[in-house]
Amino acid sequence: MLAPVLHVLPLTTIVRERTLPVAGKVSAHLNQRVSPTDVIAEANFAREHVLLNVARTFNVSANVADKMIKVRQGDRLMQGTLVADAGGIIPRSIKAPRAGKVMVAGGGQVLMEVGDTKIELRAGLPGLVTRVIPERGVVIRTAGALIQGVWGNGRIDNGLMVSLIEKPDDVLTAERLDVSLRGSVILGGHVRDADTLRAAAELPVRGLILSSLYSPLITNAYQMRYPILVLDGFGAMPMNSSAFKLLTTNNKREATVNAEHFDRYNGNRPEVIIPLPISTEPEEPGTYETFTVGQTVRMRRPPSAGMIGTISSLRPGLSELASGLRAAAADVKLENGEMVIVPLVNLEVVG
Amino acid sequence: MPASLVQNESILGIDVGAAVTRAVLFDVVEGQYRFVAAGQAPSTAEAPFKDIGLGVREAITNLQNITGSTLLGPNDNNLITPSQPDGSGVDAVVATISAGPAVRTVVVGLLPDVSLKSARKLAESTYSRIVETLDLSDRRKSDQQMDSIVRSRPDLVLLTGGTDGGASRSILKMLEAVGLACYLMPAEKRPMVLYAGNQKLGNDVQELLGGHAGKLEIGHNVRPSLETEDLAPASHELASLVVKLRQREIKGVDELFLWAGGNLLPTAYAQGRMIRFLSKLYESTRGLLCVNIGASATSVAAGFAGELTLGVYPQFGLGENLAGLLQHTEIEQIMRWMPLDISSNTVREYLFQKSLYPSAIPATKDELAISQAIARQALFMAVRTAQKDFPSSARPSQTGLLPKLDLILAGGGVVSEGTSLGQSLLLLLDAIQPVGVMPFLLDQNNLLPLLGASASLNQYLPVQVIESGAFIGLGMVVSVVASANYGDQVLRAKLTYSDGTEARAEVKFGGLEILPLPSGQTARLSLQPLRRADAGLGPGRSGVLPVTGGAMGVVIDARGRPLVLPGDAVRRRELMKRWSYMVGG
Repeated sequence: MLAPVLHVLPLTTIVRERTLPVAGKVSAHLNQRVSPTDVIAEANFAREHVLLNVARTFNVSANVADKMIKVRQGDRLMQGTLVADAGGIIPRSIKAPRAGKVMVAGGGQVLMEVGDTKIELRAGLPGLVTRVIPERGVVIRTAGALIQGVWGNGRIDNGLMVSLIEKPDDVLTAERLDVSLRGSVILGGHVRDADTLRAAAELPVRGLILSSLYSPLITNAYQMRYPILVLDGFGAMPMNSSAFKLLTTNNKREATVNAEHFDRYNGNRPEVIIPLPISTEPEEPGTYETFTVGQTVRMRRPPSAGMIGTISSLRPGLSELASGLRAAAADVKLENGEMVIVPLVNLEVVG
Repeated sequence: MPASLVQNESILGIDVGAAVTRAVLFDVVEGQYRFVAAGQAPSTAEAPFKDIGLGVREAITNLQNITGSTLLGPNDNNLITPSQPDGSGVDAVVATISAGPAVRTVVVGLLPDVSLKSARKLAESTYSRIVETLDLSDRRKSDQQMDSIVRSRPDLVLLTGGTDGGASRSILKMLEAVGLACYLMPAEKRPMVLYAGNQKLGNDVQELLGGHAGKLEIGHNVRPSLETEDLAPASHELASLVVKLRQREIKGVDELFLWAGGNLLPTAYAQGRMIRFLSKLYESTRGLLCVNIGASATSVAAGFAGELTLGVYPQFGLGENLAGLLQHTEIEQIMRWMPLDISSNTVREYLFQKSLYPSAIPATKDELAISQAIARQALFMAVRTAQKDFPSSARPSQTGLLPKLDLILAGGGVVSEGTSLGQSLLLLLDAIQPVGVMPFLLDQNNLLPLLGASASLNQYLPVQVIESGAFIGLGMVVSVVASANYGDQVLRAKLTYSDGTEARAEVKFGGLEILPLPSGQTARLSLQPLRRADAGLGPGRSGVLPVTGGAMGVVIDARGRPLVLPGDAVRRRELMKRWSYMVGG
């Protein structure tokens, strides 16, 4: 059976596409070395549009109105610029209600985009630009540690990672966040109160990497302006030991926290990237395998949710679970030595 | 059956669900089409696989292992079609798909209670999530409407309005907003548009939207006249657009479409098609109800005298949408179905955690209890939502109850792969709360949609497969509607078996009784209600009915309609355990 892979890798090659949500101008070039804060592309994005109905205003046909329109597609207008002029004894005109750009002029109407917002896309991770996607962004290649999570609040930042977690089931509280942590990426455990998220915002931190989050805090997490990345899930879940070991051994290293939403269709998911120096480039990791004996796996669901183990055998046929359901399953030896029967659909390979 | 009525074709059915992909083989056995076997595998539409072909091939491989036949080429792993002289391969393929994200849909109509209502119903006949609505009562300016459409990032726009030859000016105004919104979106993100309004405007629609929509389909009017609502043709056109959307979104759908020679339908549409067909075929006097509790959506199809009501509710699906379930119901409404002492916080965390791993299954008793409680509430809400669109002829005897039905058919992992058939039946009884006397069937292999998809390829196959007993009879259910106190006797029931022996039950209000009647056996059921209770024959009316057996026999549900559970959690859990014990623990 096919096995999804959760990446918790000490050293790998990471290739990431970074693109604007709308067409814009790409400033990075091929083979450029970028740092996480470098602006690689920018775009002007109009959130609003104004439709000026010239024909209706002047009570004329669309063809007649078109002759009265004084602007053309692509024109940038200041507020008050003349858009259409009906002439006559008592001159009547339509002026641009706001500054903006003419998107369409014709059919007796003028459509303007207004309320321009500038979007700057930062590299997000250090690395080499290996491809430029015209008007959209770039592909960046880097090497380092890669740790994938399950949930993110949609933000990205980077900074020095400071570990405040001593054991996988630690709880991160507001009291542990002092001023010395300002500008850091905090590696914490479980967060169960909004005060902790607020205290992190007040410092401010550059990111929170958590084992788990109390689910009623999801709304608060979305409001935070720094990235929050959850590695294992919701509820009081300890950090999986693979991520715990890898992250704590990289304490005090620069880390990029890309807490983007887990998009199960395009495969984008929240991740921590810790760039590392290399002599030879490691291989890119695969995204899925086939379940086999000896693989390191993470349990996705109770009773051993978040725990890491090794497949000791793949059971033939269907096995009866404690729930009474029957499913294809594996015998898994957990790190504490306990043997458990786990349905394959509740497993993911760590690697 | 004359030999000419079968075409001697083997047919492979492939159903790609959000969590599970099934490969099902139908073949001719002794001159009749039969369901032969099914193989299944986890679906692979989502990352990291992102190609449904992987799951499809794994499901077919598992089917090969069961049947011993060869369906995939040993070298290229491609489907062998048509069947070969050595017995390998299949002659034809039909397919259904429910995998994929909910289709973000903008619905546009003129009058909120007329065309917009029809547009909403049309949208609910597939895996859509309505993200924006526009109608004549909308006070926003055109540019605000347009911005709103752009911001809602639709995959699909359903445009309705105007009777044939009726209003046109207002529709053109709406079209303008939609057209400009499409124009403003990047070409690769432009939505598909289905126009199902005033047919006289077809050319105008083509002119205004043809160059800007991701794809434009001029369909049939959902409201040809003010008094007439006709969703069926537009629903077919919508199904076709949704498949095209999936082809655009998900790798491997193109290949499946080719394998199936274009015979690929959205699962719920195929399910609905089959229910309409069965409703006509069996001349159902009351109605047929079919529910499917899946990972992508819970769907409800009801057929009343050949008229179909189809509701597809991604918000009540048991997969990735679980995280949003509490936007539609209170946690207490889920907790009321909990047979174990589990905290509401645990259930809340379950909803979010399960949404991360939709294909995961409950491995512990606690998880199973939670998943079944959620399934009960999701199905309860889906059925109540669908009931609002039942035809006026399908009136219940009392407000808040369902109309009497002739048959209930259920599918979906939570019931088809449950711990026991009794538990599956109890889940369905709790959630649907039917009234009257009707058999419950279980579609354990999710065959119904595939039969619906095969109907256009081979009209004999669905009937012959159904009549061959492809569905599991869960039991004959008698639901008693009574106004009584807990413990009052409301019904005397007597089951007379074909050998003349009898089984009796004195049914008390609040109770659940079972009279054994194995599958395949028939008997006569005598019902004598007390206290003017209605056991399906009318208030206080007695009678004798012929009944057929099922896994649970004859199940008399006198727990009350609507089912009101005790407020005290301890007493409620005791009751649930008792009911669970009654159906086999």
